[in-house]
Amino acid sequence: MGDTKTRTPARRAKTRAAQPEPETLVAYYRQMLLIRRFEERAARAYTEAKIGGYCHLNLGEEATVTGLMAALQPRDYLFTNYREHGYALARGIDARRVMAELYGRSTGVSKGWGGSMHMFDLESRLLGGYGIVGGQLPLATGAALAVNYKGGDEVVMCQMGDGTTNIGAFHESLNMAALWDLPIVFVVINNGLGMGTTVEASSAEPELYRRASAYRMESARVDGTDVVAVRDAAQAAVERARRESKPFLLETTSPRLRGHSVVDPARYRTAEEKEALKEADPLAHFGLTLEEAGILDAEARTKLDAEVKAEVDDAAAFADDSPHPDVSTLFDYTYATPVRGVPRRLPADPVF
Amino acid sequence: MATMTYRQALRDTLRDEMLRDENVFVMGEEIGVFEGSYKITEGLLKEFGPKRVRDTPIAEEGFVGAAIGAAMLGLRPVVEIMTINFSLLALDQIVNHAAKIYGMFGGQCSVPMVIRTPGGGGQQLGATHSQNVELFYSFIPGLKVLAPSTPAEASSMLRAAIRDDDPVLFLENLALYNTRGEVPDDLEPAEIGRAAVTRPGTDVTIIAYSRMAHVAAEAADKLATDGISAEIVDLRSLRPLDRETVVESVRRTGCAVVAEDDWLTYGIGAEIAATIQEGAFDHLDAPVRRVAMAEVPLPYSKPLELAALPSAESLVTAVRDTVRATGR
Ligand SMILES: Cc1ncc(C[n+]2csc(CCOP(=O)(O)OP(=O)(O)O)c2C)c(N)n1
Ligand SMILES: [Mg+2]
Repeated sequence: MGDTKTRTPARRAKTRAAQPEPETLVAYYRQMLLIRRFEERAARAYTEAKIGGYCHLNLGEEATVTGLMAALQPRDYLFTNYREHGYALARGIDARRVMAELYGRSTGVSKGWGGSMHMFDLESRLLGGYGIVGGQLPLATGAALAVNYKGGDEVVMCQMGDGTTNIGAFHESLNMAALWDLPIVFVVINNGLGMGTTVEASSAEPELYRRASAYRMESARVDGTDVVAVRDAAQAAVERARRESKPFLLETTSPRLRGHSVVDPARYRTAEEKEALKEADPLAHFGLTLEEAGILDAEARTKLDAEVKAEVDDAAAFADDSPHPDVSTLFDYTYATPVRGVPRRLPADPVF
Repeated sequence: MATMTYRQALRDTLRDEMLRDENVFVMGEEIGVFEGSYKITEGLLKEFGPKRVRDTPIAEEGFVGAAIGAAMLGLRPVVEIMTINFSLLALDQIVNHAAKIYGMFGGQCSVPMVIRTPGGGGQQLGATHSQNVELFYSFIPGLKVLAPSTPAEASSMLRAAIRDDDPVLFLENLALYNTRGEVPDDLEPAEIGRAAVTRPGTDVTIIAYSRMAHVAAEAADKLATDGISAEIVDLRSLRPLDRETVVESVRRTGCAVVAEDDWLTYGIGAEIAATIQEGAFDHLDAPVRRVAMAEVPLPYSKPLELAALPSAESLVTAVRDTVRATGR
């Protein structure tokens, strides 16, 4: 399993936690598989025009997503960017509701108001996928401030991409989080690219986890294709945040197996680069590891695959059968506190 | 009943609300140790401590976003942005998050926060520090935008804003902080979204808000000596907009002039004029006029600044022309 590179100005890296039980590893594998098949199904539905808008997939990030979510307690809060289908699933939200959101149906996690980029679920404390690059960072920082204000022991995890470390909100948020000792773990999913721009072409310090030193914040880089390594690194950061109310910056590295979004053919990648991606597939890699360890053989994997595929097909069927939101609900969510004078006009309606 | 400044009304109300609800806290640049650039938060740090009076770094996007995040978890932050000019740095968080979170997530989470910020030219602060860009926020569904013009309104409207579950942009004005007025004891929170006829009249309606409500009052006094009876509608809420009160007045007076402190083209007055033509077309005896700031980056030079800003004199001229145009 991959190693964790830690940069700890004030503290030494933690020793590695014990190897998980076989059942746990199988559960991780299944989770990764669900994300993989869900995203593949979403891509298909997109080409069938069942899904609109932008659609960014977690393909290649399955181990990262699974490891990160395994490190959170149910009471912890999660903020993500727009590439969040897998997080919603791994946070325990029913695949049906996630798919229904992609289909824009009223049974979706955000009742069809958010779409692919804006999944929100109070119960699982997924406090939003956000489509504005970096937009979630100040929000997550404020959520951590609220946790401290109320004297709670929840931790906030704030996910983002590598490209996001270059936006002003990144600096402002990390600075405040460190200044105010907030219980938040910032996670940079370094998939090497922001759309078509490489990390090296956009970041003057391409070892992104090192940026934390500007805020005297501890940080680490971990192999994002290794689910257990991700979980352990994230757990150490999360539990330290809980215990000491200190922020952390965790960088995970993983390949982006396809284009930026479903419609991106990624022509900016060379044939060799595309070929190398096959080698880098974390799901295939984990499958082999489990086989070699005698935990899960090919037959068992095939069985799991069938199970997961059925779950995903069921989710798509559920989404397809679900109703669209009624047009009469168009004005339901403009304000939480009712107020006079709110326009409830359709485009051709007169003002008076 | 006490007579006090607009500044003190704001400060006292903040303090009352912090005493009433411990989820209410204030944050912003220089609001604690420095007691506020305009001293609205004077004494609050001493009384409530740094947890509830949080000085922030100079990071408008960051701390406004953080207030939104805190509000999502049920706190009621009152953020001060030093002047509305600097709110542009936080525009993304205000427009893309504060205003969107309730709707975009299907009504699952509200954002009960207030952003207090003063607008206003006329202080020789130059182009970047003298703007009135409340229009940007008034344009956005999901935000509520309040613009009180008196100490009593400042108090009752701030109270309402803090208790409201939606994000409220609370527009103050540099020129109003030292104005005085009576503030009743035990003032109830105002009803958001309601304009007021602050001076009844019969010949013409002047529609104004914030500082321009005072300019309108001054103009109405002058017009009265000419025998012109002007009715003043103080909008008080820019979103939602109380169109009925505006239109109801114009239906009686038959003509209208909008007094606004922002720029004319695409400004607040354009929306009011459109409202009047749709709601009072048959009652109009003259075209709706707008009196607004000259459309230039506001200069530092005092004579240039004075020439650019709408004044009682300019309003009087526009009203006289309008009344004359009715041919009455
Ligand atoms: C403020 C803003 N600017 C630009 C965009 C367009 N955009 C969407 S995703 C993206 C790349 C982000 O890359 P990264 O942070 O690495 O995340 P990844 O997509 O790789 O997960 C860009 C530029 C946006 N959504 N928001
Ligand atoms: Mg990336």
